[in-house]
Amino acid sequence: MDDTQRIVMTGIGLTAPNGNNLEEFRQNLLACKSGIQHAEIRYMGKQAAGFCNFDEFKYQSKKLRRRGTRAGSISIYCANEALKDSGINFEAVDKSMVGVYLGITEHGNVETEEEIFQMHQNNLDWKLWSPHHNPRTVSNSPAGEVTLNLNITGPHYTLGSACAGGNVGIIQGVQQLLLGEVDLALAGGISESSQTFGIFAAFAAQGALAHHDDPTLASRPLDKNRNGIAISEGGAVYVLERLSDAKKRNAKIYCEIVGYAINSDASDFVNPNSERQVECMHKAIKRAGITVSDIDILNMHATGTGTGDVNETQAVRVAFAESSKTYVNFTKGHIGHCMGAAGALELAGNIPSFTDGVVHPGMNVTELDPECVVKNLVINEPKLIGNVNYILNNSFGMLGINSALIVKKYS
Amino acid sequence: MTANNVRQIVLDIIADIAPDEDVTSIDDSKSLREQLDLDSMDFLDIVMELRKRHKVEVPQEDYPKLATLESCVSYLSPKFA
Repeated sequence: MDDTQRIVMTGIGLTAPNGNNLEEFRQNLLACKSGIQHAEIRYMGKQAAGFCNFDEFKYQSKKLRRRGTRAGSISIYCANEALKDSGINFEAVDKSMVGVYLGITEHGNVETEEEIFQMHQNNLDWKLWSPHHNPRTVSNSPAGEVTLNLNITGPHYTLGSACAGGNVGIIQGVQQLLLGEVDLALAGGISESSQTFGIFAAFAAQGALAHHDDPTLASRPLDKNRNGIAISEGGAVYVLERLSDAKKRNAKIYCEIVGYAINSDASDFVNPNSERQVECMHKAIKRAGITVSDIDILNMHATGTGTGDVNETQAVRVAFAESSKTYVNFTKGHIGHCMGAAGALELAGNIPSFTDGVVHPGMNVTELDPECVVKNLVINEPKLIGNVNYILNNSFGMLGINSALIVKKYS
Repeated sequence: MTANNVRQIVLDIIADIAPDEDVTSIDDSKSLREQLDLDSMDFLDIVMELRKRHKVEVPQEDYPKLATLESCVSYLSPKFA
């Protein structure tokens, strides 16, 4: 295939509850170090949740941080880290040909809740409602903050795609590069979800909010005694380029994006549909021009909910019935559910497998749920499998959005 | 409340709104916008904080009276009396 039609990843910037760069994140995934802690959530008290501790002011002034949002701050950190990692001379880049595409689960809840809270603290004085509320809550806000920070004049927007957001942001970046709309994409997913109480209360109302006396054990996908989702924030942004451009500047290339798919369940607001998940994975594999047996690592979405994990493992059993060499892991036991960032972050955690040949484990499985058994599941300890050529990353979301992304070792 | 107290109230608010700025060397007689990186949204924040922290209301037509630290003190002092 023509190098102008091949899209590669040349930079990664991330922040997760257990790491603020790829190396730290990967080490903690291999070491089964959890990023989940107990935190005081407004009105609700102590809850298991994931928060990131990156330096907000590394790339942003205090004033602009105050004016913007946590989601914007995460995005700015990740975008700058990705550019730095890519080694590109960004000063010399035509900023009108740079696009910012960030997947989000939701946006604006943190700011809206805070305004309502402050109004109630001040005798319902509506005149205290901030003039910053609108720019903070428009749905392009996190991506827009990146353009303001980096003087990017190309397109920017977010992709509202629930918890499939991370994959969807990357897919959008790939598509815009293939269309020739941009020459460089900053694409991925971000989330500020653990800063809002509403998402905690809603999952609690659904009976799907993770809890445990030891917060590091709260998120335990596929475990028989799992009890829900540990809500986290985070972000992962990639520098994406055409292979032809990456070669021209002799860039370090992490991998090539060779397959992807997005589809819809069209069956329920919250309950997943394993048939559509199978179709999504197979569609991505078909686009990559490979077979299921070519996939070396499959990262499950695996959130830790009762029905979600059963549905997905059923889908994986069906989708990979003909593969004996695909190893399966998941990431949310370590970092909880980073919502719009989940897909992009979880992909990043597996990319080093191309060089070290190791599959990081899913953690916190004490007793594997008999309904969640899948072949070659890697849990609690890393597994050396040798040469890794293809990784498939699943990311699903409410309203029945499914996404699968396949990356290939670059050679 | 003394003029100095009012001045300090305004300075504290500006310090929160423009946390990257050094507010200790402000010339009271010169325009705040000339000395600090403040825009119209920042002035809305100043008005908002006066209302939130001190229940002092500044109608829109009076916003120009907040141009300098000196004019802030002159305009706001009667409201803090």
